[in-house]
Amino acid sequence: MSADFLYGIEVIINGLMAGVLYALVALGFVLIFKASGIFNYAQGVMALFAALTLVGVMEGQVPFSHLINAVFGTEIHHFGWEVPALLAILLTLCIMIAFAWAVQYFVFRHLVGQEPIILFMATIGLAYFLEGVGDLMWGSDIKTLALGLPQGGSMAVEEWTAGLGGDDFYGFFIDKLDMVATVVALLLVAGLVGFAQYTKQGRAMRAVADDHQAALSVGISLNFIWVLVWSLAGLVALVAGVMWGAKSGVQFSLSLIALKALPVLMLGGFTSIPGAIVGGLIIGVGEKLFEYTIGAPFLGGATENWFAYMLALIFLVFRPQGLFGERIIERV
Amino acid sequence: MKMKTLAAMALAGALATGPAMAELVMPDLSYRTGPYAAGGTPFSDGYQDYLNLLNARDGGIGGESIRIVECETGYNTEKGVECYESTKGEGALIYQPLSTGITYQLIPKATADGIPIHTMGYGRTSAANGEVFNWVFNYPANYWDAASVAINYLLDENGGDLNGKKIALVYHNSAYGKEPIRTLEELSSMHGFELSQLAVDHPGQEQKSQWLQIRRERPDYVLMWGWGVMNQVAVQEAANINFPMENFIGNWWAGAEHDVTPAGAAANGYKSLNMNRVQDYPVLEEIKTLVHDAGNAAGDGSNIGKVLYVRGMYAAMLAAEAIAKAQDIHGTAAVTPAMVRDGMEALEITNARMTELGMEGIGPEFSVSCQNHGGAGQGLVQQWNAADGVWEPLTDFIAPDASVIAPLIAEDSAAFAAESGITPGCL
Repeated sequence: MSADFLYGIEVIINGLMAGVLYALVALGFVLIFKASGIFNYAQGVMALFAALTLVGVMEGQVPFSHLINAVFGTEIHHFGWEVPALLAILLTLCIMIAFAWAVQYFVFRHLVGQEPIILFMATIGLAYFLEGVGDLMWGSDIKTLALGLPQGGSMAVEEWTAGLGGDDFYGFFIDKLDMVATVVALLLVAGLVGFAQYTKQGRAMRAVADDHQAALSVGISLNFIWVLVWSLAGLVALVAGVMWGAKSGVQFSLSLIALKALPVLMLGGFTSIPGAIVGGLIIGVGEKLFEYTIGAPFLGGATENWFAYMLALIFLVFRPQGLFGERIIERV
Repeated sequence: MKMKTLAAMALAGALATGPAMAELVMPDLSYRTGPYAAGGTPFSDGYQDYLNLLNARDGGIGGESIRIVECETGYNTEKGVECYESTKGEGALIYQPLSTGITYQLIPKATADGIPIHTMGYGRTSAANGEVFNWVFNYPANYWDAASVAINYLLDENGGDLNGKKIALVYHNSAYGKEPIRTLEELSSMHGFELSQLAVDHPGQEQKSQWLQIRRERPDYVLMWGWGVMNQVAVQEAANINFPMENFIGNWWAGAEHDVTPAGAAANGYKSLNMNRVQDYPVLEEIKTLVHDAGNAAGDGSNIGKVLYVRGMYAAMLAAEAIAKAQDIHGTAAVTPAMVRDGMEALEITNARMTELGMEGIGPEFSVSCQNHGGAGQGLVQQWNAADGVWEPLTDFIAPDASVIAPLIAEDSAAFAAESGITPGCL
């Protein structure tokens, strides 16, 4: 097989894995939109906040220490202990659940019945608020995520596949972190689907997603379900923050990963968990393959961002609801 | 009577809130929040701490105290312009925009307002031509110098011959990232190396395509013009594909501690340019005792001695020296922005002076003139030692190839003069 062909396959494999990372971010959007009709602009910042909190808890950092020191003239930064990763993850989840409750109690409870654009604007405010709180709590320096996640290309895959092509083929490159992210994403999706299908709360969540009024009429608490949904979105944000943060360190640009989720949502639909996964894979492969075949050789490269949106737009023209979204039929 | 009272109150109020005359106002257009805060915070800490040291130790500059006016830009061009507009009325003497985008917006404004801008190692490269850019200074070096310094270093590493070598440029797909391309193309023709260009879109969190391409093409060296998260991801991706780190060289905005620490031990051996040598300077001890311990530090002290902190301190030193020069030239301590411009244009930085200031060898010796606002253009190469967590200087300051850079500056500045209706000349 020619090296070019094999490298094309390598690009597809890596595109699939990048797509999984995009889908991880998109999942959080889908969960909240499906249950409450809110397009959560703050999802990227939630990923950042969750990752910041995880590192802060693990390192025993005193929250708001810069603020405390500035006000009281103290010099405290750390508690002097470190928290094991698993316990830190659980504590971070508790904080994300508390955040979900606070969002519902202080913001969206007061906005029931408002237009979607009002709810969207509220999430914009929430995003900036959360980013500011994250900065005050944990500081703006870049943090290293010491979870022991594997990094680097898999030498086993590289050596095993090196013989497939000639001398100018060096074997497939597959990032071990991407492999972990794929497994984690699969487990996460399986868990979410299982939760939605087989638990009482999950079924209630689906009922609310289908029809708020009908769900209310059978005694389902909308407040509880929305807290639940925001908590699940917090869990997804934590996973996305960890996977992306492992690549670049935990830093404030993590909030921008939401930009990678938008074309995925446009393509997969805002209301479908499988749609987020399939959309992510299509975007990941599409943008990488375009960059490999056309973007880098003929257009000077850096085509991935705009190509992802263009691909999503093309899908939108033919399926406005996205690949897996619910078709909107309004009868006159 | 009532009107008189009101008028007196208004006058008193205006005097109370107006700029204090006996102060040297130095704005700091900082960015301590947002995606680029990790780079902006140490620079501002260093800039302010040095000025606070001058206040604490010397009573300011020439007996005039310094008043720092900090304004948060978030590395956002619009906010940067707002900061300029809101602070210039306070009697601002000199601006450090700390962003190429903000610099481009401020060049016409500051020129019209008669306030000098110092863009150290960033901004508009052709501003080195002081006859066109009377109010803009980019000493001690600019982007094109950096590209030439990197190639001169590689020439030295390869016995003076880069013929047939493959060099890839990984760059931020922005005006900043594209700055070295023209210079590198010229140098490629001159030295016979093959240059490939790989653009990375903002913010640079996803670079798999670029590094797979590098893995396929196997260049001998990779140069990087990155900023923000692009740097950390690039270092990690280079490690992932087992690219030899000693052949990966970032520019001076891709060579701080936070650029390499997320990749851990895998970043060991990564190189970068630097316009300021990092070492234990005596002045840092003074800052610790007279500024930090006295509770007047800009930050929490954790950045003292880091690459970008030292660069901020170096920038403050160059600004303070220019103000002192202006005071000498004009025979007054209470200088105006126009006088500071004169001081900048007559600035001379010598090894003896840097030693006297407790910063021996922090930068190259250079002098500024009306024709040359760009300084010596020199940079050094440093290497990351992951085990010790320090950047180690590998070389002394390396000079760029003036025969390549000077014509490019002349060409670009002439084009700017033509489109802006500027008649080149000295003030």
